Amino acid sequence: MIDAKRRILLKGSLGAGAVGVAVGAGLLAPRAVLAAWPEAAFMAEDQSTALKDLLGSDTIEDSDKVKIKAPDIAENGAVVPVTVEGEVDSAKSISIFAAGNNTPLIASFEMSDSSVPFVSTRIKMAKTADVVAVVQTGDGLLGAAKPVKVTIGGCGG
Amino acid sequence: MSDIKIRAKSSNGVTTVKSLMSHVMETGLRKDKETGEPIPAHFIQEVTAKWKDEVVMTALWSGGVSKNPYLSFKFNGGEAGDPIEITWVDNQGNSESGTAEIS
Repeated sequence: MIDAKRRILLKGSLGAGAVGVAVGAGLLAPRAVLAAWPEAAFMAEDQSTALKDLLGSDTIEDSDKVKIKAPDIAENGAVVPVTVEGEVDSAKSISIFAAGNNTPLIASFEMSDSSVPFVSTRIKMAKTADVVAVVQTGDGLLGAAKPVKVTIGGCGG
Repeated sequence: MSDIKIRAKSSNGVTTVKSLMSHVMETGLRKDKETGEPIPAHFIQEVTAKWKDEVVMTALWSGGVSKNPYLSFKFNGGEAGDPIEITWVDNQGNSESGTAEIS
């Protein structure tokens, strides 16, 4: 019931804009459409599975066009500020992973035509690990990683 | 009433939006320290940001985003006075919206 309501809300808020057109033209896989939260990707316990489920591929090209700003040492793993910037003309999405977490996929940001490939947020990290950012472009996935040392883990338990 | 704080600023044709939401962001992995019972997952799953009627960014989140989430993003366009609306929906079906004008 709750789920049904959510879908109606999402449909209402998105209307038949660019997303609808893209779906109609078969450009997007159904799961890429915003109506469904990609549960399998978020539940995946390794990055490769999460990437395949979320973006359809786990082939990432390491690129210095992907800039990650995060602290070298995070005293509190519950709040790790992360900023990701893609030096590309346009990006379809930016995804953030914490490689050491039980479920590494933290967040995925779907860009619009007017978006600048830039997001900044705060994430939880269970332990010292790489923060991995993946920028999805028309030509494939570009990625970068930055190690963050975590003094106190922030995923509870 | 809204618990979403939004600040949006336009400069040289690019609008930078910063927002702060109020949410527990429980992963479902934590246990209550006294009872040992697991604390149910309760986190924001989707955040939609609109500039006027155009969706400029959609964020899909897990419980791995920190409590009381901070989100900043940028888009091309936007002028002082234009409305920005941010809406979140969590895994328990709750939802909240906030609006602000670009300065």
